[in-house]
Amino acid sequence: MSSPTLPPSESFKFSMLLSDTRYRGMSLQVITFIIFMAVFFWLVDNTIKNLALLDKDVSFNFLWLRAGYDINQRLIPYTSDSTHGMAALVGILNTLLVAFVGCIIATVLGLFVGILRLSKNWIVAKLMSAYIEGFRNVPILLWIVMVFALLTEFTPAPRAFKGAEPEATMLFFESIAITNRGTYFPAPVLAEGAYWLLLCFGLSIVASIYIIRYANKQKKVTGKSLPTFWISVAVIIFPTLILFFAMGQPVSLEYPYLKGFNFKDGIHLRNSFLALTLALAFYTSAFIAEIVRAGIMAVSKGQSEAAASLGLRPNKIMSLIILPQALRVIVPPLISNYLNLTKNSSLAIAVGYMDVRGTLGGITLNQTGRELESMLLLMGFYLAVSLLISSFINYFNRSFQIVVR
Amino acid sequence: MKKLFLGVLTALALAAGGTFAGTLDDVKARGNLLCGVSTGAPGFATVDDSGKDVGFDVDYCRALAAAIFGDPMAVKFVGLTSAVRFTALAAGEVDILARNTTWTYSRDTDLKQTFLGVNYYDGQGFMVKKELGVKSTTELDGATVCIQVGTTTELNLADYFKENGMSYEPVPTADNAESQQQYLAGACDTYTTDASALHGTRVNLENPDDHLVLPEIISKEPLGPLVRHGDDNWADIGRWVLNALVIAEEKGITKANIDSWKDTKDAEIHRLLGTGDDDILAMVGLPKNAMYNAIKAGGNYGEIFENNLGATSGINIERGVNASWTKGGILYSPPFR
Repeated sequence: MSSPTLPPSESFKFSMLLSDTRYRGMSLQVITFIIFMAVFFWLVDNTIKNLALLDKDVSFNFLWLRAGYDINQRLIPYTSDSTHGMAALVGILNTLLVAFVGCIIATVLGLFVGILRLSKNWIVAKLMSAYIEGFRNVPILLWIVMVFALLTEFTPAPRAFKGAEPEATMLFFESIAITNRGTYFPAPVLAEGAYWLLLCFGLSIVASIYIIRYANKQKKVTGKSLPTFWISVAVIIFPTLILFFAMGQPVSLEYPYLKGFNFKDGIHLRNSFLALTLALAFYTSAFIAEIVRAGIMAVSKGQSEAAASLGLRPNKIMSLIILPQALRVIVPPLISNYLNLTKNSSLAIAVGYMDVRGTLGGITLNQTGRELESMLLLMGFYLAVSLLISSFINYFNRSFQIVVR
Repeated sequence: MKKLFLGVLTALALAAGGTFAGTLDDVKARGNLLCGVSTGAPGFATVDDSGKDVGFDVDYCRALAAAIFGDPMAVKFVGLTSAVRFTALAAGEVDILARNTTWTYSRDTDLKQTFLGVNYYDGQGFMVKKELGVKSTTELDGATVCIQVGTTTELNLADYFKENGMSYEPVPTADNAESQQQYLAGACDTYTTDASALHGTRVNLENPDDHLVLPEIISKEPLGPLVRHGDDNWADIGRWVLNALVIAEEKGITKANIDSWKDTKDAEIHRLLGTGDDDILAMVGLPKNAMYNAIKAGGNYGEIFENNLGATSGINIERGVNASWTKGGILYSPPFR
């Protein structure tokens, strides 16, 4: 074996760190990193020093102190005796609720509006354009305040439902009350045995999923499609319905009724929640609609023509040919719209909705005077939620992408 | 958004460095006083028809500006909501906060503020529409209550309803104007805040007689101006301008007769108005006639009260405990010597 000829060994010189392309890239990165860390430490050090100058320290102990204030919308048990940490948690759940409901409504609306904007029907297409441009080009804060004003100014006060000849009446057989404090719906009350019903319902859903899978397999083998929609609807509804009557109706509805100042019982959706969720959903749906339109238009026209020449009907073409391909284009920008909706929910204070910005970043911050700590926690929360949402959808997105072998 | 902005601003202000000692020098160098007031509390701080800032808190800041510069107009008013006021003060956005703010233990200690005294002894009350038929706060079980976020009233409200075994639904609002709008729209049954602010709000409603401020007062709310920790001289100046206004009322010195005390035998008046030989105001770095200018600006405490909250203003709040101690109230200033 002959040893390979090595390049003439050069002794390493310090100047080579910048002049030699082998080292230059690395040394520039190290320098940038050092400068970045220096600035970062200067900022932290300066903050601590100046806090000390103001006689303030950085401490998160306030999270374990009694909060002392009440929150109207609570998804978990909370009283004024709970801690500031609990108040923050109540706010976090309220934020997540708005974000979750808002994203669902926005997606459904956006999908419909986006598809309808491409409709050949002139009026439909123009109406959808007006919807998109209207919501997309007005600041979200104005929409939130506007929806809230509509909900509070043009709906009757609970007192209007009082008396022998009330000015306002409840809708749908005295079950839903729309007031300027929110909308009251009947709430389901679970009696003994209701859990069996829930179990049955859950199993029915699982069964219908299996039926759909089976039908898809059959379709691949035989080419015949089964009426899966009606079959699965029947599977989901009938067993639960039969059990419901067989067990003597273990689930009943609790209707809201007027007592004293307000409606009691039932599910109370506050106007602040409705206004915030609807405004965020409308606003974001306009952006999603444009993304959907872009996704559909990105699918070449030849695809739909080919499908049409095979004899597929327009709705089949949309669901089988175009949307599956369009999703690849649609999903990535969809993430950023979900993130925007979640972050925009921090405008909740404009309508007095108690999200995490209102509890931790509002009342708690104000009562304890811990601005820096509260803001850091808030930023950490929004960062974590955003990263979670995007990693989740990225995971989801991978299943849509074309697999390259 | 403004709150968030201010929060970040504090962090930046802290990060950027800067100490707050020598506020008087800063104010003098700037040429005007930055005074944090309410964004609209009738009687305390509002803007009148001609665009001029008026109110009880506004007049205190004018007196302070007059003491420093000899010019009651050398002051810039910064409207602050209840939620951002402390942050703005801590960040140096304002030199002094005169924004009907309740003096409490935790604000004094944990929030690192220095309260300069009490300029109005207040208490939390409730306003309802008369058509509701409510005569007492004990009838408010189950009511929806409009309340400004970030105030002591929020905590009192929670405590009061809990103590009395009643339930309520809070509707948080950002400021007085929003509370008022929600209350008028019927989105809440009652609006709660300091009784003085309720009286002030009521007279400015379209039909004041349709509304009632309930008789119960559920808390002590001693309101007063405050400054941030760390500059005792500045705190002394603010405190003694307030005291001077109170002493002036006690002694009968008014805006109109202030020039007629040159021959008085009362040495305290000479010290106060700077007409004697002593120049004790040099101790805090103010001109000899500083308090003369302060009183001359808007009159003594009693005059300021009458013009902004009392009969002259139309709000018609009684002096009550806010009368001078010589007239059965609890307003009492330490001696000026």
